Amino acid sequence: MPVFPIVPAFPIEAIDLVKRYGDVTALDGMSLAVEAGTVFGLLGPNGAGKTTTVKILTTLTRPDSGAAHVAGVDVLRRPDAVRRAIGCVAQKSGADPEATGRENLMLQGRLHDLPGRALRARCAELLDRFDLGDAADRLVRTYSGGMRRKLDVALGLVHRPSVLFLDEPTTGLDPQARAELWAEIGRLTAGEGLTVLLTTHYLEEADRLASRLAIVDRGRVVVTGSPEELKASLRGDAITVELATEPPGSAVANALSGVAGLGAVDVDGRTVRARAESGAAALPAVLAALEGAGVAAGSATVARPSLDDVYLRHTGRAFHADTEELVG
Amino acid sequence: MTTLAAHSGQLTLRGLRALLRQPFYVAITLIQPMIWLLLFGQLFRRVVDLPGFGGATYITYLAPGVVVMTALFASGWSGMGFIQDMERGVMDRLLVSPVRRGAMMIGSLAYQAAVTVIQSLIILIVGRLMGARYPGGLLGLLVVVLCAVLVSAAFASFSNALALLLRTPEALIGVANFIVLPLTFLSSTMIAADLAPSWIRAVARLNPVDWAVVAGRSALSASPDWNLVSSRIALLTACALAMGWLATRAFRTYQRSV
Repeated sequence: MPVFPIVPAFPIEAIDLVKRYGDVTALDGMSLAVEAGTVFGLLGPNGAGKTTTVKILTTLTRPDSGAAHVAGVDVLRRPDAVRRAIGCVAQKSGADPEATGRENLMLQGRLHDLPGRALRARCAELLDRFDLGDAADRLVRTYSGGMRRKLDVALGLVHRPSVLFLDEPTTGLDPQARAELWAEIGRLTAGEGLTVLLTTHYLEEADRLASRLAIVDRGRVVVTGSPEELKASLRGDAITVELATEPPGSAVANALSGVAGLGAVDVDGRTVRARAESGAAALPAVLAALEGAGVAAGSATVARPSLDDVYLRHTGRAFHADTEELVG
Repeated sequence: MTTLAAHSGQLTLRGLRALLRQPFYVAITLIQPMIWLLLFGQLFRRVVDLPGFGGATYITYLAPGVVVMTALFASGWSGMGFIQDMERGVMDRLLVSPVRRGAMMIGSLAYQAAVTVIQSLIILIVGRLMGARYPGGLLGLLVVVLCAVLVSAAFASFSNALALLLRTPEALIGVANFIVLPLTFLSSTMIAADLAPSWIRAVARLNPVDWAVVAGRSALSASPDWNLVSSRIALLTACALAMGWLATRAFRTYQRSV
C-alpha cells in the first residue's frame, strides 16, 4: 500500500479536474471538498459538468488532468479501492429490468463479496426500508419510476458504503415519489453518518437536502456555501416586475437608476429583476419610476432571496431559462 | 482468483435466469439449430455422391459442421447483451462496483458456452435421429462440443469487443453479419474441402471455424487423426484466449469515452 504524505481531510475531494470530449470541455477546473457526514449539493443546469464530475469521482472515467480523493483513496491510482468504499446512484437507472428487485440487490451484494446469510438479511432490510417488500420478487421492468429509483438507491447502499453519490436522484419523478425519496435521503446522513454528493438541477431539492452547495456553471464551481449563506450573501429582497411590453433599449435602467436603495438591476426581455434592502418599501418607487419613463408594468412581486437568485447572480442567467434552453 | 470465479459465476447465472424467463426466446434457441440441420441436410443430401466425402451419408458429414456453425451464429450476437446493459445503465453500475472486467467478460462467455453446449447436444441428438453415425463415440462427441465452445468463446469475445468499441446495435449487427456467413462458407462446414477451389482451401486453413469443424469431424470418425484434432484444439484455445484478452482490454476504451 502506498503511503500518503498528506492524509486527505475530506471524504470527497476534487482538485482542478479537466475533462474534454472531443471539442467539448465538460470540466474546466472543477474543484470541491465535502466534509464527512454531510450532504453536499452540486447544483447547475444540464451540461454544467455535474455528471462528468460524478463519473470521475466514482472511477467510471478518468479526467484529462487534475486529482481526486474519495474515502481517503486516490481515485486515479487505486480505483479498485475506491469502488469498494462507495455507493453510486447514476443518473440513468442501473437496475437490471429482467431481474427481480431482490435478485438485483443480491447480485450487487455478491459483487461486493458480502457473505450469503448477512447479504440476505441486508437485502430484506433494504427492501423493507424502501417500501419495496411487496414488489421484491417482481421483475424490475414492472416497477414504476419511483420504485425503480428507490431500488437504485438501495443498490447503492447494499454494502454499507461510507460515501454515496446521487446523480440527479429525483429527475423525472412525480412530486409524491420525489417527496418520499427526499425523506429517505434525509435519513441517510442523519442515521448512518454517510457522506453524500448529490447533483441536481432542482433548486428546491438542493435547498432541502444539502447542507453545503456548489453552484456549477460551464465545468467549474462558481460559488460555494450553505444554502443560507448563499441566500444571505445576496442581502435583501428580490423585486420582479413583468412589463406589459418589451421596453426600448436602456429605458428601464435609466428610469431605475434614480431609485434609492435599489441594486443589481437586470432586464431580460419583459422581465425586470432588482434587489432592495426592503422590497416592500422600494416597490412603490420602482413602479413610479417606470411609469414616469413611460414603461407600463403588468405585474410585480417581492420575494425573499431564493437559490434561483443566487444562481442568477453568479452565472448571469436565470436558472430555469437556462435549464430549458439546454434541455430543449 | 476465487473472487474472479465467484463473480463470473454470478454474472453467468444472471444471464441464464434472464434467458429462462423468456420462453419464446428459449424456444427459438432450441429450434433454430434443428432448422439448419434439416434444411441443409435435405438441400445437399445428394452432394455425397460427389467424391471427397469418404462414402458417409451427408447428415453424418454435416452434423459436426452445424454444431460449430450454430455456436458461431449465436456467439456473434453476444455483444448485444453488453449493448443492452450499456443502454440500461447496468454496465456503468457494474464498472463502478468491485467486479473485475475479466469477470464481466468470463460471465458473458460462460453464458454463451452453456447455451452452446445445450444447442450442440440437441443437434447431435437430432442428427442421430436423422441417420447420422458417430463411430468416434463419446470421446468424439465431447471433442465436437469442446470445439463448439471454443469457437463460441472466440467469437463471443470478438462480438463483446465490438460492442464495447462501437456501442450501437446497428453497428454490431452489421459487422457480425459481415463476418459470420463468410467464415461459414470459407470452411469445410458444408462441402468437403477437396471440392472447394484452392483459394478457399487456403483461407480455410486460417479460419477458426474450419479448425473446429475439421477437428470435430475427425474425432467423430471411425479412425480419428488425434494429431490433427489436438493441434486444432490448441489453435482454437489460443485464439479464444487471445480474443478474450483483447475484448477485456476494450473496457478501457469504453470507459475513456463515457
